Amino acid sequence: MAFLEYAAAPESASILNLKAQYGLFIDGEFVDGHGDVFDTISPATEEVIASIAQATAGDVDVAVAAARRAYDRVWSRMSGSDRGKYLFRIARLVQERSRELAVAESLDNGKPIRETRDVDVPLVAAWFFYYAGWADKLEHAGLGPNPRALGVAAQVIPWNFPLLMLAWKIAPALAAGNTVVIKPAETTSLTAMLFAEILQQADLPAGVVNIVTGPGPTGQALVTHADVNKVAFTGSTNVGRMIARQVAGTQKRLTLELGGKAANIVFDDAPMDQAIEGIVNGIFFNQGHVCCAGSRLLVQENVHDEVIDRLKQRLSTLRMGDPLDKNTDIGAINSAAQLERIRTLSDTGENEGAERWTADCRIPDKGFWFAPTIFTKVSAAHAIAREEIFGPVLSVLTFRTPAEAITKANNTPYGLSAGIWTEKGSRMLALVDQLRAGVVWANTFNRFDPASPFGGYKESGYGREGGRHGLAAYLEASGWDAPASLSAASSAPTDGARAARKPAKTRKAVAK
Amino acid sequence: MSRLTVPKTYKLYIGGTFPRSESGRTYEVVAADGAFLANAAQASRKDARDAVVAARAAVGGWVGATAYNRGQVIYRIAELLEGRRAQFVDEIQSSEGVTAAEAGAQVDLAIDVWVWYAGWADKYAQVAGNANPVSGPYFNLSVPEPTGVVAAVAPQGVTGGSLLGLVSVLAPIVVSGNTVVVVADERAPLSAISLSEVLATSDVPGGVINMLTGSPAEIMPWLASHADVNALDLTGAGSIDGAKGETWVDLQLAAAETLKRVVAPVAGIPRPALERITAFVETKTVWHTKSML
Repeated sequence: MAFLEYAAAPESASILNLKAQYGLFIDGEFVDGHGDVFDTISPATEEVIASIAQATAGDVDVAVAAARRAYDRVWSRMSGSDRGKYLFRIARLVQERSRELAVAESLDNGKPIRETRDVDVPLVAAWFFYYAGWADKLEHAGLGPNPRALGVAAQVIPWNFPLLMLAWKIAPALAAGNTVVIKPAETTSLTAMLFAEILQQADLPAGVVNIVTGPGPTGQALVTHADVNKVAFTGSTNVGRMIARQVAGTQKRLTLELGGKAANIVFDDAPMDQAIEGIVNGIFFNQGHVCCAGSRLLVQENVHDEVIDRLKQRLSTLRMGDPLDKNTDIGAINSAAQLERIRTLSDTGENEGAERWTADCRIPDKGFWFAPTIFTKVSAAHAIAREEIFGPVLSVLTFRTPAEAITKANNTPYGLSAGIWTEKGSRMLALVDQLRAGVVWANTFNRFDPASPFGGYKESGYGREGGRHGLAAYLEASGWDAPASLSAASSAPTDGARAARKPAKTRKAVAK
Repeated sequence: MSRLTVPKTYKLYIGGTFPRSESGRTYEVVAADGAFLANAAQASRKDARDAVVAARAAVGGWVGATAYNRGQVIYRIAELLEGRRAQFVDEIQSSEGVTAAEAGAQVDLAIDVWVWYAGWADKYAQVAGNANPVSGPYFNLSVPEPTGVVAAVAPQGVTGGSLLGLVSVLAPIVVSGNTVVVVADERAPLSAISLSEVLATSDVPGGVINMLTGSPAEIMPWLASHADVNALDLTGAGSIDGAKGETWVDLQLAAAETLKRVVAPVAGIPRPALERITAFVETKTVWHTKSML
């Protein structure tokens, strides 16, 4: 790539003081797991960073018991203002150790240091700051007076934003008064372990947060554990479905943040410079490993060629390579398995007749890499327009009228996010009304903020994270709001399996 | 000489019309003492699917109505119910075996529940939505929106609740703009069918509320697995016991396949609450850039 050659500007990894092996974090202590030990590697070099313990079902039992104990004896009895102070402490410690966390995250996940430094870690701190302030204001959460915590929360998070997703899960849970057992993704457990050290520095009471590492079965043992009251999962729709089944018939509350296939809609009057940047940010941010990524670009037909030309030009300036280099825009794909999935789906796109264009990036010798790729001439029936690829692959479709854009945008079982690019405010607002998506970015994309609810419609899951709505996902109301005269003839609801009443008499029984 | 009465043929209510079950089946509705009251239509899987089609077709218009208008329409249901109070008292009295006073009290409560929810139509979005103070030059707003088509089971076999239970399920679903396919109390469906007549003559657009009579155990599995249903209200499903021993948990399992929102069964009749409205809404968050001045 001859456009501009920059001298390498690598961030030094010497700030890290990693251990060779990490165990589990249970009841305030690092302990050895009882399962096998596995290696976590750097996706950019395939070198081993550290070995990680695999929690067994027995380890999960111990962690849940610790969380229950901490809930009963300490956390549920503590004042909201004291809970808030612990969260403020955590936020400050994250800020203090932000460079270390950013380096560790880039190393472990493969994402560019530019993103971990400027997006992930600052947002992690912001999340704890935001929810810290909620801890003593729960009566304003929208559930009436004296809302109650749910109890022990089982949380399972993905590998695309390891530390950020941990913050999204832990901060609101603790603010609301719950205790937590969280399982990071198998390939990205490292920063969770550094976070555990931060919890020790914050002197958080033992057992309030417990971290169990390991693959899918560890997560399954956690979400199916009989003594958890709340399950929160971020990940694929298929695993979300499985969890929804496992939780069926129990009294566990469930939040699911699942997959997406977002439409990013560009009208001919869009602010084109910003739109091109927004499209790039929408699908190539974090190597496209973003559930709300703008993976389907819907371009108004009359500007299609212009958009594609400018997009290719812009992509030609992206720098792929060492995640720790501060010049790097595109880092490594998180795992060999994910790289394989991206390759397979891209090949399918080509076989189905879409036109493939790939940015001319130098692929490093080692590690998992996939250069930014655009498919044009994509139809709604193509697999690459329907399935979540979770990689730096953009499918481009066209439309002529706003009505067609809406139909195409909504033509998916997913409904997590959408983007709109137009200078016409009234059209943007009318479109927003019609789009079936939980987050709509207008003239921007991929913005996140702890104050802003995030979550999906349809098969992108249920519940919201962030903002007041995200807090409410960890609380239950303690009162009723209808006037007493209306409640008189009604009985109090119960939920879950205990609600099942004796069978009503059938017609035959009555007719006798 | 006493006059020979004209009994009513009780039918389903789908898409604003009153079809018999396409299956041609009916079942006997009997009084508390076992006396024959009527033959109610026994809805089939096809009727349920037709009802979902009607409910889906009605979503656009109902969501598109202004909140003020939806409140007016729902209040209108209360008005018409009040006007036909005597008919409902009769039906409830005969099918539930309660006194006229008890039946009257139930009808009054049912009317008041419609009125209470009607008032929420143009308020719930203010209470459940908010502006978000994000750090950056963005306008950011979260508003609740109806989730779409809801399949519901009215409370089953609750004495003193055949109409009130149904209304307590229906009102919070439709007030936000959802449409609904509801299975009425299997044993005491007459007041539900008559409520359909009230709905048909009120200003509720056809398809917004679709009423099925028959066996929830038979009908609900089709609705729970139907890909064009967005949410499942299992309020009255606690007693469901299907031919193969399925329970409401099997319905929840089926709903998981398409990640439907599910409201778990309730013992008795659900109390009116804002949470019943918010159980069937999504939160949509909109970001827009602010220019630099």
